[in-house]
This record gives sequence, C-alpha cells and structure tokens, in this order.
Amino acid sequence: MAYSEKVIDHYSNPKNVGTLDKASKNVGTGLVGAPECGDVMRLQIEVDDATGIIKDAKFKTFGCGSAIASSSLATEWLKGKSIDVAATIDNMDIVEELNLPPVKIHCSVLAEDAIKAAINDYRKKNGLEELVFEEKGVH
Amino acid sequence: MLKLPVYLDNNATTPMDPRVLETMIPYFTEHFGNAASRNHPFGWEAEEAVDYAREQVAKLIGADPKEIIFTSGATEGDNLGIKGVYEMYAQKGNHIITANTEHKAVLDTCKHIEKSGGEVTYLSVQEDGLIDLKDLEAAIKPTTILIAIMYANNEIGVIQPVKEIAAIAKKHGVLFFTDATQAVGKIPVDVIKDGIDLMTFTGHKMYGPKGIGALYVRRKNPRVKVTAQMDGGGHERGMRSGTLNVPGIVGFGKACELCRLEMDQDTTRISKLRDKLETALLKLDEAYVNGNREHRLPHVSNISFKYVEGEGLLMGFNKNIALSSGSACTSASLEPSYVLKALGLGDDLAHSSLRFGLSRFTTEEQIDYTIEQISTTVLKLREMSPLWEMFKEGIDMNSIEWAHH
Repeated sequence: MAYSEKVIDHYSNPKNVGTLDKASKNVGTGLVGAPECGDVMRLQIEVDDATGIIKDAKFKTFGCGSAIASSSLATEWLKGKSIDVAATIDNMDIVEELNLPPVKIHCSVLAEDAIKAAINDYRKKNGLEELVFEEKGVH
Repeated sequence: MLKLPVYLDNNATTPMDPRVLETMIPYFTEHFGNAASRNHPFGWEAEEAVDYAREQVAKLIGADPKEIIFTSGATEGDNLGIKGVYEMYAQKGNHIITANTEHKAVLDTCKHIEKSGGEVTYLSVQEDGLIDLKDLEAAIKPTTILIAIMYANNEIGVIQPVKEIAAIAKKHGVLFFTDATQAVGKIPVDVIKDGIDLMTFTGHKMYGPKGIGALYVRRKNPRVKVTAQMDGGGHERGMRSGTLNVPGIVGFGKACELCRLEMDQDTTRISKLRDKLETALLKLDEAYVNGNREHRLPHVSNISFKYVEGEGLLMGFNKNIALSSGSACTSASLEPSYVLKALGLGDDLAHSSLRFGLSRFTTEEQIDYTIEQISTTVLKLREMSPLWEMFKEGIDMNSIEWAHH
C-alpha cells in the first residue's frame, strides 16, 4: 500500500508528541482503541479556563502510520480552537486532508473519538455536562 | 558496499539465482518443444531436459525420479496431495489430521474436504509452535487416512518433528503428507529417512522460478496414489495433466542441484547472519522471539517488539528494507497472524511482530543496516506509544477497560 505524502510527513515528523499532566483540571485526556485491535490513541488538550480555547494538544499513538498521522493532524487542528468548535471536527475532514484509503478510515474515526473523549474528560472535570455524540459505526 | 533496498522477505519468495536463469533461457526459444511430443527431435530434447531436471529434483530429497510429479507450485501440490488422497482412499476412511498453523493452502483444502463430507481434526500447537505428538496419536481413529503436517512453518520457521510424525503414521497405517515449501533446499530433507509419503515444495522459495513445483508421491512401502484433480492428457503418470512447463522445470532442477551442493556453506553463513540480527534486536527491551528457537529454519526469525505496531514499524524503513509483519494492517483480512495467535500470543503481540527471512544473497552490511534501522525506529515509535509510557509507569494494561472496536 502506498501512503500519501501527508501521511508520510506526519509519520516522519509527527507534531505534538507528548504528555500533558492528566491530573491537571484544565487538561482533558482521551484514550481510545485497544492493543488487541492494533491501535491505541491518547489525545490530550489543555484548555484556557477563561476563554475555552485549546492552548495545547499532545498525542501518543500505538498504531500504523495512518493512525499516527491522524492523531498528529488532530492535535494540529485542535490548537487555537474553542472546545465547542473542536467538538465538530469530523473524521471525514481527516480522511480528506490525509488522503486516507478506505481501509484506513477507521484511523480517522479513532482520532475523532479521541478528540471527543478528551473534550468530555475536560468537561467532566470542570463540572460540565458530557456531550453526547452519535456513534460512528465504522469499526 | 551496502546494496539497497534490502530484501528480507525470503519466506514469501526468493530472488532467482542467475545460474538458474541461464539454464532456462534456451528452453524458451531454441528448445521450445513439448515434452510429450514423442515423434520429433523438438519433443525429444524437451523430454530429455525434463528427465534430467526430474533427477536433480529427486536427488535433493532422496527420492526416485519417478516419484516426482511436477505441479504449478506448492498450493497445487497441497490440493493434489490432500484432495487426491482423500478421493483415492475414500474406501478406507474420510478422516484427516492437520494442525492450526498450516498454510492456508492446506487449511482451506481441508475446509473444502469437510464441506464435501470429510472429517478433519485441527491440532492446536504448543506455545513454541510444535505439535504435541501425544495429541497427534490420540487423534488417530479407524477412519483416519492422512496426517498433513508441514515440515517448517512459513511465519516462524519452526520445524515439526517430522520423523516422529512419520513413525506414528506408519504405526497406524496412515499416510503422511507434508508441506515442505519452506524447508526443501534450506535444510536436509530426505523422504526415505524422514518417512514421508507425500510432500509438496516449490521452486520460487529456493532461488528457482515461480510457477513450478513438485509433489513427491511415494512408490514403494507403501505405493501411494492420488486421484488427479485436473482432467486432461494424463501427464505425470496420470496424476497431473497439462503440458509440462519445460523452462520452469529445467530451472527448478538447477535450483535443486545448487541447493544440494551449496546447502552446507549457505546455512553456515546465513545462520550466522540471522543470529547476529536476532542477538542485536533482542537487546531492545521487550523484544521476543516467536516460536521454538532450537527447532527452527536457519534463515528465519520472527520477533515481536512489544508496544509498537508492526505496520507502523515497517513504515519507518520499508522503502529500504522489505519485510513482512504479523500485524492485521498488513494483511488482506485485517486479522492479525493466525499462526502467532495459535502460539497463544495475544493479539497485541501478534500486531507487533516482524518476520525476517534471509537468503543466499543477504550480506552482512545489509544485516548491520537492518539492525540499525529497526532499532532506531522501534525506539522512535515507543517514544510515541501510549502503551510504552504505561508500561514504563508500571500500569497494568489488563486493568484498563479498552474500547474494543
């Protein structure tokens, strides 16, 4: 399978690899996937309490090149967005940007799930109601 | 000089030895005859070439040339050997014993037989990939006609106790078929000493051409017969019709001869390189060899690098190093390797495996380069892996409720 240039670029030079303090009140952590399935993504956001803007985003991913690229791209997109706007990021935007082939669409779904899980973790910590998202039946 | 890209996927196919190609060329153009043409020199030449190659092939495995049936390759040999016995010995019984780490060409052939009314026992292997001989013997019943166990596994290189299997088969009056695709030409295989009744192997795994293989069918003690699976001109003693692939056969013969003459020196050199590769890669934390290391092909190594996903790992160097992985992402089925799972490996370790297959043409520079590239990529990806971080923090990964998707 040939990878798109953008996937290769994110894989070779991943953006925002790292760990934020998950105990911190303004950090939301999303851990999705499973080792048995061959991909696990952990995506973290640091939110400015006053503005609701995502100041920083970090990821770590166990998975194929497309999974790594999807999470790297997601962190890039998250930075500077409000958590409300971030919640609207759709997996198909990632598919389009990275030119993912059909067999790799689940990587983008995982990234979207990770974003939502991180947002909800942040909301929960801050006494906000968790958002209810529609299930994407791609897995 | 380092030659790139490095090819370490020799269990999939080997490059053809230039000496093999040289012997084949005249049989495409100058000596193009049909080996079945009995009435003119073109046919005689072709037949003579086939006879000579048949001897070369037979000699490598200690067989009589008359016991060699040329096929299109190992898959056809698996089909002809297993279905052919099932049909020929239908009077005697309908039960076949095989193992769950066999190649798909064997497993799917057995599935086919089950659909047509046969009964198949799939033995589980032990953690090291070897079958348990007690399980094998216990599975034999009065209706058992065939034991089909591979010589050496294509993913982990583990060599089954072929002589012991043959002895059990003989004791119970059951035929023994073995898929020796990965073994022939790489380690000494002798159908008499090993007690094999039927055996399939192929040219392109031993520096010969693709599209040509052989089925060994024993002619004495006992005389074995298989029902043809293709109707036609009755070539190959009526067991495999179809015009003989003369250039392929000539090349296959030459490949067998080269393997016979050079096996010792090849094995010494290749196993040294394999061991160097393996020792160096096992210096990485949490790296494990899959399968029995003692009873193993000298050119194969299968290693899991925990907390790193196989396809992601391959992507780090697959422009320069050709390898295969047991990861789901690299397979058409999106399932991780069933062979590794049969060893009792968790899906996570199966996802993290790489298979190395060295060859006659692998150089030490290439192995050094591979060690360096893989080590670097494993370390880089572990820095990126949430599982590695958890492992380092001592978090029990089984305690996490993973969202299985």
